[in-house]
Amino acid sequence: MGSIFSTATVEAERLHTLDLYFIIAASVVLLTVIGATTYFSLKYRHRDHDDHAEPLQTSSNLKLESVLVGIPALMVLAFFFLSFNTTKAVLPPAGDSVPAVRITGHQWWWQASYPGTDVQTANEIHLPIGRHLLIEGTSADVIHDWWVPSFGDKMDVIPGLHNHVWATIKEPGVYEGACNEFCGQQHAWMRIRVVAHTPADYERWLAAAAQPAAEPTDRLAQAGAQVFARAACSSCHQIRGTAAHGQQGPDLTHFGSRETMLAGLLPNNESNLANWLRNPQALKPGAHMPRFIFAPDTIRALTAYLAGLK
Amino acid sequence: MPEPVEALPGLSLDTDQGLLQWISSVDHKQLGIMYLWTALAFMLVGGAEILLIRIQLAVPRNTFLGPEMYNELFTMHGTTMIFFVAMPAIFGFATYLVPLMIGANDMAFPRLNALSLWLTIFGGLLMYFSFLAGGAPNAGWFNYAPLNGYNYSSQPGIDYYCAGLLLGGIGTVSASINLIVTILRYRTAGMALHNMPVFVWMMLVTACLVIAAFPSLNAALAMLLLDRRLHAHFFEVHDGGSALLWQHLFWLFGHPEVYIVILPSFGILSEVFSVYSRKPVFGYVFIVGSGIAIGLLAFGVWVHHMFAVGLGNTANNFFAASSMLIGVPTGVKVFNWLATMRGGSIRFTTSMMFATSFLVEFTIGGLSGIAFAIVPIDLQLTDTYFVVAHLHYVLIGGTLFGLLAGLFYWFPKMSGRMLNERLSNWFFWLFVVGFNVTFMIQHVLGTLGMPRRVYTYPDLPGWGTLNLLSSIGGFLMGAAMLLLVYIIVQALRSGPRAGADPWDAYTLEWTTTSPPPLQNFDRVIPVASVRPFRDFKMPHDADHKEVGKRKGIYGK
Repeated sequence: MGSIFSTATVEAERLHTLDLYFIIAASVVLLTVIGATTYFSLKYRHRDHDDHAEPLQTSSNLKLESVLVGIPALMVLAFFFLSFNTTKAVLPPAGDSVPAVRITGHQWWWQASYPGTDVQTANEIHLPIGRHLLIEGTSADVIHDWWVPSFGDKMDVIPGLHNHVWATIKEPGVYEGACNEFCGQQHAWMRIRVVAHTPADYERWLAAAAQPAAEPTDRLAQAGAQVFARAACSSCHQIRGTAAHGQQGPDLTHFGSRETMLAGLLPNNESNLANWLRNPQALKPGAHMPRFIFAPDTIRALTAYLAGLK
Repeated sequence: MPEPVEALPGLSLDTDQGLLQWISSVDHKQLGIMYLWTALAFMLVGGAEILLIRIQLAVPRNTFLGPEMYNELFTMHGTTMIFFVAMPAIFGFATYLVPLMIGANDMAFPRLNALSLWLTIFGGLLMYFSFLAGGAPNAGWFNYAPLNGYNYSSQPGIDYYCAGLLLGGIGTVSASINLIVTILRYRTAGMALHNMPVFVWMMLVTACLVIAAFPSLNAALAMLLLDRRLHAHFFEVHDGGSALLWQHLFWLFGHPEVYIVILPSFGILSEVFSVYSRKPVFGYVFIVGSGIAIGLLAFGVWVHHMFAVGLGNTANNFFAASSMLIGVPTGVKVFNWLATMRGGSIRFTTSMMFATSFLVEFTIGGLSGIAFAIVPIDLQLTDTYFVVAHLHYVLIGGTLFGLLAGLFYWFPKMSGRMLNERLSNWFFWLFVVGFNVTFMIQHVLGTLGMPRRVYTYPDLPGWGTLNLLSSIGGFLMGAAMLLLVYIIVQALRSGPRAGADPWDAYTLEWTTTSPPPLQNFDRVIPVASVRPFRDFKMPHDADHKEVGKRKGIYGK
């Protein structure tokens, strides 16, 4: 997890510079106030042996006050221009540019679709480095907010509206973030993983991700596939290459290749998956996945099938 | 009408001094004290809520509360502290003090005054009734659409939120109208507007802000109730409504609200700095003028709560400029108070200690506020723990420190008793240390990317330790608040008698007995400057005689 000071994008570097200017200016002001408060408190403290004469009754000084208005006004002006220029540089209007990825916020997971392909991922978003990427966002239900700290700006995703941020990622790696706008019961577990690839790597990933789901090979997984098709799973989830085309929940086409599940709540492994299928509300109370009363055999079969979707 | 003699309501039904007499009272002093008790009671409730929350957040992946209860508690904590602690506290001080400070016998409309108080109390009780009625509101004190809609929050909590805040809001608006009329029509002879105490000035500005800002909230609440109960679709996107409309209406109220709760503290601090430094407040005209400027600018800054919603760079830059601008009059005040201390003879009572530490804590909150006015910095930090830190530095380090300075300053006047100064000092240190431990850390958590309003968090490096420290600080503040209650009750029972003017103060309320009689004054001394009581006590050095010599603007 990066902080706002670990800058993974060109945009974040620009913001970092502005942050530093602000921290310096704010520190100067704060130290001045702390210094003056401490100095005056010590120097003008009433002591018992003082005579009882009243101090000099000064009540105003137009010159001093004009200076005290003028200095903050100038600082404000300077920071307005810095703010204006930085905004213009890092957040230009999107215009007609095609986004690299379209993000849709859901209670409580992220859907990512990649324009020009059928590929959809959930919570783990793959992007190439070195390109000026447009990331577009909207919401399927309430307001969420997309933020990867080391990328810089955040973006509220709002039903009925399309927002955008830009990112020029510098290095391959995994960058984490989270939903920042309160969106209901499981706001805490709506985390983001961005996997940044070199351009060649990215093309390879995209080609692999565009493949339909792997056919289950062993008997157990085949039984799981049948359960998936027969039970209500397919009305909410999509698995490309099968008859499942639901759009309510995450696309599971290559579910087995994800590192985490439930929007960053747990590592993606068979035991967590089995627990989830057994009782979703125990792991993520409020999640919109219903509790199906599956037999233990069914859970084993479904787990084998889903874990094998790589 | 019987005279109020004790500040603590007795439990007998004796109509002379008992509970019935308080409940039926239309005396501004009793109503003011009841406002303050209301604020204290809700403060203990809101404080208990946040301590439960801090237990939940003390370690990563905690399951102490669970998401549902957590969301209800943080919603109730915010709503309670703003609407049923800060507002009653402010209106308590104003209702008690404004007539006394302007030499009047009562407020302009005493019965309306009582109605305002009881609407506020019933609003709060109605909102809390939701716990028994199937679930408290759970969409945050800001209650964003469409999460506040029936589709996403079908429990009745949000209906209680609307009804409770509407009741309280009507009470607040009527109290404000009452204050404006009182201040403009009931001042004693000689108290021209430029002779009014700064506190009265700030309450005048605050009351004007209330009657301009609250209609926006009340309209939004009514619209939301229509949406939820009668299927109107103001905020329902899928029926053609707008999710952002709520935010515009809410923050058009909500940002002025920030100044509604800070301006009275600015007023209190101006009195406190002046009296304990033995000097007139420095730059009276600048202080009052900047208060008015803040009041006007307050209505042009609400979009800085919405920089991330995508209104575009033009709108964002406009509101960035206006938001930064408001830092100037705010900064002016801090420097004026410092200048008031300069050259004074400062007595560090508990009241003055809160005032002095306010200067530092509020500056921290003010500076982080400027950070949120700078659009690109806001787009990084909004909705993280950095905001939680910022708003508590403003609301506690600013508003509450001011209110506490006022409590320690005026308590002897209200009760006729002195507070125990040694215990009060303990309270001060415990509270200030606890406050900074709790919230300084949250700046760091925010820059590390911890979102606010999360019921739990993953075990990332540093997050657990910082949150644990923050929770420990919260419990220090909780212990301090219990000590405060003890100090108050102890003083009311057996504190030494205060006398009329224990601080050798400057304004009219100190010219009458402590506590004041029902009619407030036997005789109001002549007023010819901002410090009439000082002029009265030291006629040879009266402010209004000194115009040329002091370059002062007093007593024209």
